[in-house]
Amino acid sequence: MPEIKELVKQLADKHGRNRESLLPILQGIITEEQSISDVAMSEVAEELNMSAALVYGTATFYSFLDTEPRGTYVIRICKTITCDMKGKKQMIQTIEDLLKIKVGETTKDNKFTLLETNCLGWCHKGPAMLINSTPYDSLDVNKITEIIMEYIRK
Amino acid sequence: MKNLKRVDIIFGAYTQEKYKVLGETLKKSSDQIISEVTDSGLKGRGGAGFPTGLKWKYTANEADPIKYVVCNADEGEPGTFKDREILTRVPRKVFSGMAICAKAIGAKKGYLYLRGEYVYMLPDLMAELELFHKCVKENNLDFEIKISMGSGAYICGEESALFESIEGKRGEPRNKPPYPTVSGLFGKPTVINNVETFVNTLMIMRLGADEFKTLGTSDSRGSKLFSVSGDTPVAGIFELELGMSLEDFVEDFGDGDTKAVQVGGASGFCVPRKKFKDTIIGFEGVPTGGSMMLFNSSRSMYNVLKNYVEFFEEESCGQCTPCRVGCQQLKLGIEAVKKGEKSATYLDTLQKLADTMKVSAKCGLGQSVANSFSSIVDNFKEEMIY
Ligand SMILES: Cc1cc2nc3c(=O)[nH]c(=O)nc-3n(C[C@H](O)[C@H](O)[C@H](O)COP(=O)(O)O)c2cc1C
Ligand code: SF4
Ligand code: FES
Repeated sequence: MPEIKELVKQLADKHGRNRESLLPILQGIITEEQSISDVAMSEVAEELNMSAALVYGTATFYSFLDTEPRGTYVIRICKTITCDMKGKKQMIQTIEDLLKIKVGETTKDNKFTLLETNCLGWCHKGPAMLINSTPYDSLDVNKITEIIMEYIRK
Repeated sequence: MKNLKRVDIIFGAYTQEKYKVLGETLKKSSDQIISEVTDSGLKGRGGAGFPTGLKWKYTANEADPIKYVVCNADEGEPGTFKDREILTRVPRKVFSGMAICAKAIGAKKGYLYLRGEYVYMLPDLMAELELFHKCVKENNLDFEIKISMGSGAYICGEESALFESIEGKRGEPRNKPPYPTVSGLFGKPTVINNVETFVNTLMIMRLGADEFKTLGTSDSRGSKLFSVSGDTPVAGIFELELGMSLEDFVEDFGDGDTKAVQVGGASGFCVPRKKFKDTIIGFEGVPTGGSMMLFNSSRSMYNVLKNYVEFFEEESCGQCTPCRVGCQQLKLGIEAVKKGEKSATYLDTLQKLADTMKVSAKCGLGQSVANSFSSIVDNFKEEMIY
């Protein structure tokens, strides 16, 4: 895959080719591709002159460095206690109904992945979620439906 | 609020002249800065409460020419959101605090480790950082700050795991000692402080140690940001004096039906209603990084505990057995008791497991699971069983 090779090279030019550069490079791949494929990991290993096992071991430690295929928009709903108390279940149900997928799944058109995550730092305005890197707080059924519909139209 | 006095230091407006307090502070000597921070009695705001002046002094005393200043903005503790607010509203104060530390210990490079959940803030932070770098240059301080991003791992808030993460590795805590003041980031002497701690050091430079000390109690100097959430009509961030009683707090923040308050997040302690009166919030009583979660009588404390234990099970780095296996077994254990597959006395066995984790786990994550586990199980035993 020439594109991924090019992306990895660009990221390495920007962040360097040391061990310290590894996380910024992997994060950069996520920003562009939403997940890090095996091919991408091998490319990173080659570009940084380290073993693929080392890249894999590092990537899989971090929950935001997904190595499974993901949709263009990754939805992460907070499931920690305050959001749980404030209606997280209903939020999940609403999205599951809208997108016809369960938590952990990706829509057939590869547009959305639905995941749960731990406390996002918006507990006073729960329930909260992230779509890629954008946080949304004070959710209710109407608000979350509107947000998702907007992404569907994108 | 009836009982508690609100303070407005941390989010107070910037000086008209950019980075004025920093400029004035940089004229002081390293010794002067460290002794003022020490005199103020400031203790770390990230949870553990280590005296900040001592930490800076130990690091300053190290002979190594390369040293680092690290700001811990991983803020992963459930129920904490004050560092996000600080970095959104007054990032200049955080960078200033880091530069003051750099001057005090003789560091040329600093890192701000920001949790992945907060990456949306990066453009604003970078803009402020540009201003900051211009200002330190004008003041002849050779110091540069780099922002490192996390990627969704609570354990990376633990200081040695955070260093590993900046170094590009898995965020697995290291053995201690050596402590960061001797061997921290890249094996070099390092000061690591919480976001709020750095802002406090700037405030001490501005107000002087004596005025700072007028707030709080002798064990808990100064004011503190509290992140208040759960069953409360006034969820949000509040700057209050340390050393208040939980009863006063609940009177001001509760919904009239508060059954328990979790102080210090999932790794903190659950205090039931009957103990509100005798509980002091501060280093002399129940310490907190600021997380205050209120639960009213409609809530099942079993669900609360289960949520916490699941949190720890997922966030455990898996490096040491007491924590990796212990968290799983605590979760399975309380589920089994609740379903009636195990008798109520099994809770005592689980308590013993939690106590064992406290003494045998490698880092603060595994060691602190027992805090919430024991305080919830002890105080709400019936809810665990029926
Ligand atoms: C599991 C775990 C998570 C932690 N998370 C954070 C955090 O998110 N932010 C923080 O400032 N300190 C956190 N700490 C505490 C740090 O290890 C360290 O004590 C702190 O950053 C020191 O700064 P202070 O002295 O200014 O509080 C955590 C500790 C543990 C054991
Ligand atoms: S106590 Fe838990 S988080 Fe800490 S090192 Fe052990 S397994 Fe990792
Ligand atoms: S509990 Fe959901 S944002 Fe903190």
